[in-house]
Amino acid sequence: MSEIEPLRAGHAAWQEADAPHSPVLRLPADQPLVMDSGVALAPLTIAYQTYGTLNADKSNAILVCHALTGDQHVANVHPLTGKPGWWETMVGPGKPVDTDRFFVICSNVLGGCLGTTGPASTNPATGKPYGLDMPMVTIRDMVRGQKVLIDHFGIDQIFCVIGGSMGGMQVLQWAASYPERVFSAIPIATAPRHSSQNIAFHEVGRQAVMADPEWSGGRYFELGRHPTKGLAVARMAAHITYLSDEALHRKFGRKFQNKTAPTFTFDADFQIESYLRYQGSTFVERFDANSYLYLTRAMDYFDLAGDYDGILARAFQHTKTRFCVVSFTSDWLFPTSASRAIVHALNAGGASVSFVEIETDKGHDAFLLDLPELFATTSGFIESAARARGLKEARAAV
Amino acid sequence: MSERQFPVGSDTARVDLLVVADMVASNTRVLDIGCGDGTLLRLLAEDRGVDARGIELSQRGVNDCVAKGLSVIQGDADTDLIDYPDDSFDYVILSQTLQATRNPKRVLEQMLRIGRRAIVSFPNFGHWRIRGQLIFRGRMPVTENLPLAWYETPNIHFCTIRDFVALVDEVDAKIDRAVALDSSGAPMRVSAPWWVWNMFGEQAVFLLERQS
Repeated sequence: MSEIEPLRAGHAAWQEADAPHSPVLRLPADQPLVMDSGVALAPLTIAYQTYGTLNADKSNAILVCHALTGDQHVANVHPLTGKPGWWETMVGPGKPVDTDRFFVICSNVLGGCLGTTGPASTNPATGKPYGLDMPMVTIRDMVRGQKVLIDHFGIDQIFCVIGGSMGGMQVLQWAASYPERVFSAIPIATAPRHSSQNIAFHEVGRQAVMADPEWSGGRYFELGRHPTKGLAVARMAAHITYLSDEALHRKFGRKFQNKTAPTFTFDADFQIESYLRYQGSTFVERFDANSYLYLTRAMDYFDLAGDYDGILARAFQHTKTRFCVVSFTSDWLFPTSASRAIVHALNAGGASVSFVEIETDKGHDAFLLDLPELFATTSGFIESAARARGLKEARAAV
Repeated sequence: MSERQFPVGSDTARVDLLVVADMVASNTRVLDIGCGDGTLLRLLAEDRGVDARGIELSQRGVNDCVAKGLSVIQGDADTDLIDYPDDSFDYVILSQTLQATRNPKRVLEQMLRIGRRAIVSFPNFGHWRIRGQLIFRGRMPVTENLPLAWYETPNIHFCTIRDFVALVDEVDAKIDRAVALDSSGAPMRVSAPWWVWNMFGEQAVFLLERQS
């Protein structure tokens, strides 16, 4: 482990993998996590953040599931970027996920690079980072990892599981795998399976990473390299899919970047080019390229109905969990039709389900933005679920 | 499906909903199509212990409902009823919305497929005041309950009470109960013949059941 340290020293993101700025749960080698691939992963480390206080009967826990490039730093300053938490609009004191009232947990997903076991973590068998020796991770494996953490807290039933995009997939998987342990669920801007188009975009990103010579078959840590160019291109391509044509045009149009006429070169003449390059370059400072490969793959493999003879409704049969499904009109990556498929399946299973399609031109990323309609829906749903669960008001609880 | 034409809070609207609610047995499963801000669903859930679900087209209506703790999904009566399995509800309610659907017959058929019983309330286009406006003014009727002009109303498929009774026959359903409300919103005498209802009933509420 020690010979890796000098290599990591130059890259803050690499250090987070083994020594995160978060509490960690370490499971001993004799308690492996059996994964979908059949591999028993041990030892397992789960890095997490919590906000608020767990009440006496442990009934006020909300689990936040993060998206592809998110992490456990939901509502605190990010240790690497110095920026606010990625969902401070949704989670915090007086916010829809009210940390004055609820005990909020968010853990870095399995395969991630912010402290939970992933390809950048040190493989105890070799003393080197796992790299491609990390077993393939699925959404269900991520949920298994989160369940270990929930068990560790002694929480029998999570009051609410909430998340967008890949986080929404985890929400659905939680509700399907452990229905009795989920009182309510809020899957946002997500889908019951990854579509062919979704997989196609991810494959472009992965090929960009792997085509970078610095990637070195995934062993870049040991060689003191980092495929920053490939990862940046992957991020640039993906970022386009998170926005709508309309929003891009409104924000950037055909405007030039710091100039009034084209330079007749391949420099970033247009603002949109400059913006994407910036998105790519900042991303590589906080994210591990191999993690990006593993997590995009996990999303590709997600097909909830596949585990239930192709019938999605069976995933939710007889569920007592209350659902609030949310989609956005301009989200073409996880379109409303995908959310409707979830709602249809829940209805067929007789589940209690609310569904809102929110009108916005902000695309898939809308779930991360300051959207009053989203907050009104989620806080209304959480409030009513809290009443049904017999949870006290925020003030009364203090 | 569109917003109800009755101004929220008007006495007529309350009476209509109360008559509908009165047709629903306690502790049953109910789907309210075009549930608006959830007034009826809440009434049913709180007073009758009903497992109440709703569909509403407007985002604002859905948000209001979800905020009240009701299970409501955003959807359209014309297109989304097909997603519900057979016999998933005891009652399927469509109040003041049938006339705004694109295909009222198919909507009614879907309702009777999803639920054992259907409750439909609608404005009666056979009311004397409406007939009068057509006959004497030669204009499309505009009344207190139907305040919008022909070019802006969401109501595209008006019918009279007798029209509706004929449709019920066509979709192979039978009428369990029927109530006509006069212009004051009060239920009319049960013994009155159909033509009287069709002339003096401003609204009608029907409880239907599948024949087979």
